[in-house]
Amino acid sequence: MTARLDRPGLLFALIGLAGLVLPLVQFKPNRIVPGEGIALAGALPAGWPLTAALAAILLAGCLHWRAGLRLALALAAVVAVLLSLGAAATHLTPPDNTLARVAPATGFWLLLLAFALMLADGLARLRPSLILRWMLLGGALALVAALLASGALEGVSVMREYTVRRDSFLREAQAHLLLAFGSLGLALAVGLPLGVGIHQTPTLRRPILSVLNVLQTIPSLALFGIMIPIFGWIAATVPGAAQAGVSGIGVFPALVALFLYSLLPVVSNTLTGLSGVSPATQEAATGLGLTRAQVLGQVLVPLALPVMLAAVRIVLVQNIGLAVIAGLIGGGGFGTFVFQGLNQTAMDLVLLGALPTIALALVAGIAMDLLVEAASRRPKGDRP
Amino acid sequence: MTGRVLLTAAMLFLLAFLASPDSFAWLFQPVTRNNAPAIYSQTSLLSLTLSHLVLVGLAVAASTLVALVLAVLVTRPAGREFLPLARTVTSVGQTFPPVAVLALAVPIMGFGAGPTLVALFLYGLLPVFENTLAGLTGQPPNVAEAARGMGLTPWQRLWQVDLPLALPVILTGMRLTAVISLGTATIGSTVAARTLGEVIIAGLLSSNTAFVLQGGMVVGIIAVLIHEGFQMLERSAARRVGLTR
Repeated sequence: MTARLDRPGLLFALIGLAGLVLPLVQFKPNRIVPGEGIALAGALPAGWPLTAALAAILLAGCLHWRAGLRLALALAAVVAVLLSLGAAATHLTPPDNTLARVAPATGFWLLLLAFALMLADGLARLRPSLILRWMLLGGALALVAALLASGALEGVSVMREYTVRRDSFLREAQAHLLLAFGSLGLALAVGLPLGVGIHQTPTLRRPILSVLNVLQTIPSLALFGIMIPIFGWIAATVPGAAQAGVSGIGVFPALVALFLYSLLPVVSNTLTGLSGVSPATQEAATGLGLTRAQVLGQVLVPLALPVMLAAVRIVLVQNIGLAVIAGLIGGGGFGTFVFQGLNQTAMDLVLLGALPTIALALVAGIAMDLLVEAASRRPKGDRP
Repeated sequence: MTGRVLLTAAMLFLLAFLASPDSFAWLFQPVTRNNAPAIYSQTSLLSLTLSHLVLVGLAVAASTLVALVLAVLVTRPAGREFLPLARTVTSVGQTFPPVAVLALAVPIMGFGAGPTLVALFLYGLLPVFENTLAGLTGQPPNVAEAARGMGLTPWQRLWQVDLPLALPVILTGMRLTAVISLGTATIGSTVAARTLGEVIIAGLLSSNTAFVLQGGMVVGIIAVLIHEGFQMLERSAARRVGLTR
C-alpha cells in the first residue's frame, strides 16, 4: 500500500458515496403509486454502522492495495448491499400489510454499480487464468442462487411479484430460453452449410450476404409483426400446419424472426473463419492426399472454430435481448412481464422481466467469451 | 454500380412515399382485411419519420461526442489507469439488451421521449467507444515514432495523426450505433416516444398488417441508406489517410 491515490478507486468512491446519500429504497403504499425514498442509514436498524462500513471500503479503495484484497472487499460489499436491500424491505414493510412495496431505488443501483465496477477493475488487474475465470463465473452464479434461495430478498418488490406469479415466471423463462437457443440452433443448422457453400462458390457470396445484410436492418419490431400474418396464412392454407401447432400468434413467428436475424453473423463469420485459413495449410492438407471433404472437415473447420464460436456468442447475446420483443406479439418470454409492467406502469413487473434477461445475456456473453478464448488457444498448444 | 442505382431508387421511393403516402395505398391494400385503412393516418408519417430521425440523430451525436472524449481520456498517460476497466465495461455493457435498458430507464425518466433518448445514448456509447479505442491504440509503433521525430506535441499528434488515422474505425462504430438506434427507437413507442414504432404498434394492436409493413419499410429503407452512407464515408476517410480498403 502506498500513499498515491488510485484514480479508478476515486471514481468508484464518488459513485458509491452518492449511492449512500441517495435513497436506497422506495417505500410505496401499493405497487402502482410513486413512493418515498429512504437512504441506507434510515432504512435499517443497523443503517448507520453499515453506511460507515461501506463508506470505509469505498475510501479504502482510493488507496493502492493488492488486487486480491480489493477484490475480496468489493465482493463483500456487493453481498452487503444486496442483503441490506432485503433487510430494508423486511424491516420497512409493516407486518400483515400485503399491499406495501419496497422497491430498489437510485441509491441501491449506484452502490451496486460502484462495487461491481470495483470488482471488475480488481479482476481486470488480477488477469486471472482461464480456469480461474470459469470458477469465478460458477462461484458468482452459485452465490446469486444461494442469495435468492435463502429468502433474504423475499420482501423486495421484484421478489414479491415473483412469488405471486411463480408458475408463469417459470413458463416464460422456458419460452425465453426456447426462443434464444432454438433460433440459435436453427441458424446454425442453416447458416453453417450456407457459409461453407459460399466459401466454396465465391460467385454466390455477394448476393447472399447482401440479402442477409438487408434482413438485419429491418427493425425487430416490424420483422416480428410481419411474421404474424405470414404464419397465420400458413396455418390457414397449408394442410396439417395448424394441427402441428403453427399459428399466427405464439412462439413460431418470434422463433423465425430471431432465426432470420441470426443468419448474417453465422454465415459471415463462417466465411471469415474459413477464408482466414492460409492457402499453404490447405495445400499441405491436399498434398497429404486428403479429399476436399476431408480438408473441410479435418483442417478448415477446426481452424475456423474460434471465429465460428464468436458468431455463436453474437447470436446468443443478441437473441436473448431481442426475444424480449416476442412479449409484444404474444410469443412469450420475459418480454411478457416487461410489456405488461409498462402497460400497468408497474415498474416491479418490468424489473421482473428485465433483470433475468440482463442476467441471462450477461452469463451467456461471459461464458461464450471464455469458450472462444479456450478454442483459439488450443491449436497453438501453448497454454501459459 | 447496380448497388448505387438501387440505393437511389430506394431513396426516391421513400421520399415519394413520405410526401404523399395516400398515393401508395394500392400497394398496401392487398394485406388489409375488413376494409381497414391501408395507410396510417393518425399522425402524418412524415412528421413521425422526422421525430424518429431527430431522436436517433440526437442520441448518436451525444454518444459519439461523449465516447470520443472518454476514449481519448483513457488513452492519455493520465487516464491509462482506467484502460483495463474501460475495456471490461464496454464488453460487458454491450451484452445488456437494448430493450431491457429502455424498460429500466422508464422508472427514472417517466414515459415519453426521455427514456428512449437515454437508452439509445447509453447503448450507443459502447460501439463508438470500443472502435475509437481500437483505432487509437492499434496503430503501428513507427507512426508514434515518426510523429515524435517530427517534433509534434502530444496534442498535435492526437489531432493531426491519431484521430485522422482512427477516423475510418470511428465511423464504423458510429454506423453500428446509428443502425442499432434506428431499430431500437421503434420500441420506444411502447413507452410513448413519437417514432415510427407507433405505426407498427398500431398495426399490431389492430391486426392491420399494412401498418406493420409500412412502418417497417420506412425504418428499413432509412437503415439501409444510413448503413451505406456511413460505409461511403468510411471508404473516403480510409482513402484520405492512405489506407486502402
